[in-house]
Amino acid sequence: MFIGVFILYMSLAQKILSRAADHKYVNVGDIIVAKVDLAMIHDSGGPRRVAPILKELKSKIFDPSKVVLISDHFVSSGTSEGNDILKFTRKWAKHEKVPFYDGEGICHVVLPERGHLNPGMLVVGGDSHSPTGGAFGTYMFGIGATEMAGVLATGEIWIKVPETIFLNWSGQLKPAVMAKDMMLFLCRKLGMDGGRYQAIEFSGDAIEQLTMQERMTLSNMTAELGAQVGLIAPDKKTEDYLQSLGNDPGNWQTLFTEIKADGIEHHDFDASGLEPQVAAPHSPSNSSSIGDIEKVNCDVAYIGACTGAKYTDLKAAATILKDRTVVSTTKLRVAPASLRDQNKANANGIMKILEDAGATFLPNACGICAGYGTDRLASGITCISSTARNFRGRMGADSSEVWLGSPMTVAASAITGVITDPREFLKS
Amino acid sequence: MATKAFVLGNNIDTDQLAPGRYMAAGIEKLAVHCLEATYPRFSHLSSPGDVIIAGDNFGAGSSREQAVEALKFLKISTVIARSFAGIFYRNAINLGLPAIVCKDVSGIQDGDFVKLRIPKNKLDVPSRNLSLDLEPIPPNLAEILNSGGLIPHLKNRLNPNN
Repeated sequence: MFIGVFILYMSLAQKILSRAADHKYVNVGDIIVAKVDLAMIHDSGGPRRVAPILKELKSKIFDPSKVVLISDHFVSSGTSEGNDILKFTRKWAKHEKVPFYDGEGICHVVLPERGHLNPGMLVVGGDSHSPTGGAFGTYMFGIGATEMAGVLATGEIWIKVPETIFLNWSGQLKPAVMAKDMMLFLCRKLGMDGGRYQAIEFSGDAIEQLTMQERMTLSNMTAELGAQVGLIAPDKKTEDYLQSLGNDPGNWQTLFTEIKADGIEHHDFDASGLEPQVAAPHSPSNSSSIGDIEKVNCDVAYIGACTGAKYTDLKAAATILKDRTVVSTTKLRVAPASLRDQNKANANGIMKILEDAGATFLPNACGICAGYGTDRLASGITCISSTARNFRGRMGADSSEVWLGSPMTVAASAITGVITDPREFLKS
Repeated sequence: MATKAFVLGNNIDTDQLAPGRYMAAGIEKLAVHCLEATYPRFSHLSSPGDVIIAGDNFGAGSSREQAVEALKFLKISTVIARSFAGIFYRNAINLGLPAIVCKDVSGIQDGDFVKLRIPKNKLDVPSRNLSLDLEPIPPNLAEILNSGGLIPHLKNRLNPNN
C-alpha cells in the first residue's frame, strides 16, 4: 500500500472559499456553508425588504459592523414612493447602527473607495453587479433580499464551489479601447450565460496594465456573462491602491490560481487586436466592432452607472470631449458614479471639460441605468450608453432603444449625433 | 392535474419579469406588467397553477426578487427552463417557487397542457406523447423548497420551539 503526499492545488476562488468555510480544502462542486466577511445592501433591496423578514425571524443583525448600507437606487427618483423608501432607509440605518453612505454614489463604487474591500474577503451584495468587488481579489457576489435577510440573521451563506473560467488577455489595448469594449466583446464570444454561474478570473499582461477602476469594469460585467464572481488576483497595483485608501491588503501574495488546480477552463484573447465595441438593442451580447454597424442616430448619450461613470470613465470621456461640443440634436447626460469620483474629476478639470462640451449632470446614483428618475428614456428614444445592460425597457419605455459602448464611444457619439468610433477624435 | 404551459425563449431577463419603472410600486401593481414586453397580456392570460417553460438563462440580470415575486403573485406554480441565471435560481428557491432544469424543452408548444410528476422528476406533455426528464433539485435546496422557502426554513432553524 502506498500512502502518497498529495499537494492540493487550488484556484483563487477555492482558496477564498476554503478559508471562509473554515476548511483546509474545498472541492469544485462541493456545497459549502461559509461565513461572510461583509454584507452590502442598498435602498432598493435593503432595509425596506429585509426589515420585515428579520422581524418575522425575530432576529437581529449578526454583526452591524459587517454590514454596509448605501442609498443609490431611489436617490432623486422624483417620486413620493421613492422618497418614502429613502426615508425608511435612513431611519433603519440609524436604528440598526450600520455604516451608511447616503447619496454619495453607487454602491459598487462607494464600497471599495471607502476601503471596505480587501483581497481574500467573502462578501455578499444585494445587487447583481456585486461581482465588481472581484477586481480587488474579493469573492463578492449578488443575492436577493430574502437571502440577504438570511445572511443578516445568520452571518452565513451557502455556495457551490465554482469552476474557474480563466480569461487570459495578452497584449495591450489600443488607444480609445477600454475595459468596457473587452466586456462587450466577451458577451458576444461567451454569451450571456457563458459564465455558467461559475467563477470568471481575468489574467494576463493586458489586465496588469489596467487601472483598478478599469479592472472594476471587467469584474462588474461578469454579471452580464452570468458568472457568480469575476475575480482578478491581487498584484502590486492592487496593494498600492488599497494602501492609498489606508487599507491593509494583508497576505495578498498567496491569493492566485494555481495552474494545476481542478476545474480550470482556459480562454486566450488578444487585447491588441480589439476594436471599440458596441452592443445593439436589446442585449449586451448583440455586440460587434464599431466599424461593422450601420449609421445609428442617438437622441441621448448617457455616461452613467457603476459600469461606465467612474473617475477613469469620466477622464476617458473628457479626452474625447476636450475643446469640442455636443451636437444640438443629442443630449449628453452624465451621472458620475460617486461623489468622490466627481470631486476628483472636478479637481482635475474633467467636469469642466464635460460641462463646456454641453453635458448636463445627474445625481451620483443608479438613475437612468436602472430605470429610475424623471430622466429615464421616453418612448422612441435611441440612446448610446456606457452602462452594462440594454434589456428592453430597462432604461425607460419599452420602445426606447439602447446601444452600449465605452464612455469614449458615448462621448464621440455625443459630438456627432450618430454612434461614432472614438478613434476619429484621437488624431486631431 | 394538467396545467397550461407558457413557452418563452432564451435569456428572459429580470427587466421583463419586473420592469424597473414599476419597482417602487407594490407587487400587485408590478405583477400586472410582468413579461408584458415579451408576452403581451401575460398577467391577464395566465391562471393560477400554470407553468412557464423557457430556454437558457431564465432570469438573467438583476438580483431583484420582485422577478420571482411577480410570478408568485400571478400564482405561476413552477418555472422549467433549460438553464437559469444564478441569482434568479437562488431567489426562486428562497421564495418557494420551484425552478427546475429540463435540458430538452423543444417539443413543448405555447399553450400545451403539461403534467409535472415531481417525485419522478418527469414532465409529461400528454397531447404530444412526451415524457421529459427533469433534473433533480439538490438536497440542500429541496429542503428549503419543502419548507416553503428560506424564511420558514430559517424560522424552524432559529426558533425550533415555536
